Amino acid sequence: MKPPALIEAHGLSKVFGEGQDLVGRVLSRFGLERPPRQVHAVEDVSLAIREGEVVGVVGESGCGKSTLGRMIADILRPTTGEILHRGRPLGARRREKGAGLAVQMIFQDPFSSLNPRKRVGDLIGEAPRVHGIVAADELDDYVESLMERCGIDLAYKGRFAHQFSGGQRQRIGIARALAVKPELLVCDEAVSALDVSIQAQIVNLFMDLREELGLTYLFISHDLGVVEHVCDRVLVMYLGRIVESGPAAELFRAPSHPYTRALLAGVPRIERRRTVYAPIEGDMPSPLAPPPGCRFHPRCPLATARCRAEAPALREIAPGRLSACHLDDTPA
Amino acid sequence: MTGAVDTAPALQVSDLRTAFFTDAGRLDVVDGVSLSLRRGEILGLVGESGSGKTMTGFSITGLIEPPGRIVGGSVRLAGEELVGADRARLRALRGRRIAMVFQDPMMTLNPVLRIETQMTDALRAHERIGRAAARARARDALVEVGIAAPDERLRAYPHELSGGMRQRVAIAIALLHQPDVVIADEPTTALDVTIQGQILALVQRLCRERGTGLVWITHDLAVVAGIADRIAVMYAGRIVEEGPVDDVLDRPAHPYTRGLIASVPVPGRRERLPQVPGRMPSLLELPPGCAFAPRCAYAAEACLARPDLVPVGPGRAVRCHYPLVETEAVR
Repeated sequence: MKPPALIEAHGLSKVFGEGQDLVGRVLSRFGLERPPRQVHAVEDVSLAIREGEVVGVVGESGCGKSTLGRMIADILRPTTGEILHRGRPLGARRREKGAGLAVQMIFQDPFSSLNPRKRVGDLIGEAPRVHGIVAADELDDYVESLMERCGIDLAYKGRFAHQFSGGQRQRIGIARALAVKPELLVCDEAVSALDVSIQAQIVNLFMDLREELGLTYLFISHDLGVVEHVCDRVLVMYLGRIVESGPAAELFRAPSHPYTRALLAGVPRIERRRTVYAPIEGDMPSPLAPPPGCRFHPRCPLATARCRAEAPALREIAPGRLSACHLDDTPA
Repeated sequence: MTGAVDTAPALQVSDLRTAFFTDAGRLDVVDGVSLSLRRGEILGLVGESGSGKTMTGFSITGLIEPPGRIVGGSVRLAGEELVGADRARLRALRGRRIAMVFQDPMMTLNPVLRIETQMTDALRAHERIGRAAARARARDALVEVGIAAPDERLRAYPHELSGGMRQRVAIAIALLHQPDVVIADEPTTALDVTIQGQILALVQRLCRERGTGLVWITHDLAVVAGIADRIAVMYAGRIVEEGPVDDVLDRPAHPYTRGLIASVPVPGRRERLPQVPGRMPSLLELPPGCAFAPRCAYAAEACLARPDLVPVGPGRAVRCHYPLVETEAVR
């Protein structure tokens, strides 16, 4: 029997954009409606994250991966759909004391996510103090143990964040998230801004923490090499929808959806020398005006008339593997 | 484009030194860099933040501004010395014989001018050419970089284009005059994977076809592996290793290069990444001798003396007292 999911999301959608203003409402009464400018950043996404699992979300800018992460972290409210934490709706838990701490977020830019006027010790110690996670007389020891765990020199406790490099700041951000004893870390491009040698240090830190604390991760990144390295399972998003998901090893070895295939083919690898890149054509369409049918069809080399008319559903194509493509109906 | 085989280097940089004179002290951001680039060759200039790779590019194109200045060395473009050349001469060469592509295409593009204006201005700055002819050339250049509906794009302002499209326009402008050398500073770092693939395919093709020498500045070893003929690795303002792409990536001789390559995840392998401890030192507090020694597992007493860049094979050089002799693979 599978362990129960730590986080489950059902039919999540997020729409950004203006509601109808007065003029719009009047016009719509006369049937002269101008469609409101709305972006469906995430559309009908369902997922389950099991305890101890590292789930990756990949896709290009504008695919909705960050919006999805923010909804899971309860920073953004979904427009429709619901998120369950250990089987109970996130909304109901919000009013409980200490709830909402179970999911913490690590951001891409450690330069803008740390208050420049606070010292490292306060940055890390503030949340556990406010939430009463540790007694006041134990706070110092608690902060120091977190600093050690995240590889921050204890001598830096009294310094300000701006005195640190990107890698050190990211460590402070991680220590700060860990301070409230979360179960799930949502990492949104958490290593993307770091230099290669520093990136390896932080990736290793994430994996160490997973082992030591049994942490679960939602790892959002456009860096497919890192995702393949750290994730157990991967979701591929395109224009707000999941187009493919499955165990990382299988998905990277044998991608099924044409978009996943194109994405993986375009990844530069050290092993690939003097590559002749044969990239897919075109840009991602504007999410303000997504194409009808399958959203990938304008760039898909295999698109048919059906793809232009009808959106494919996300269906199981093999145990644990889902894909949203009409071609799955007619196996090659 | 030229019929005869041209063996003289398109670009020859010798012992280039650039320093910034700040209140905190003198920063030797480029500390004796030498490079050679043949026509049609792609050189990957690799380094992490603070390695001096961008400042090397800026020094070559004469874009260093106070408090920085070139304090020594030579940059020869098809034989002509650029260091110490007067501003008028530099202006005549830049954009025509040597061009630069930046990470952010808005460094190249003026946000308040239509693409057409920017491209025809760039053409007419260096050539006697009529408006109509310039427009036709600009249109052809856009087609060449794979822009659909070029007439529409010529009328557009930069903000109306996507990031990938803007970078294509910046590349089209850099290539307008068929320069001998293009310096490209992380031009795909801000782009998505599929768009990066498109740009890489584009520059590979254009450089080969036209014999343009390309210096591709990046932190991304994987990108360099895919397009470069040769690699130079920089650390703290100096080149620490250079050579043909296969030699450097498969048999790195400098411990730093080896560490960098090993830190990139290997597909299908999930064990802990080998990591280089610490980080690049501040140029204000460089350790004596080898700048990498404090992070180096092989460092010994000799490393307190500054190592020279010494040849270790055909077209290869390494700046290390104890270069690695590889027997086992790095990856």
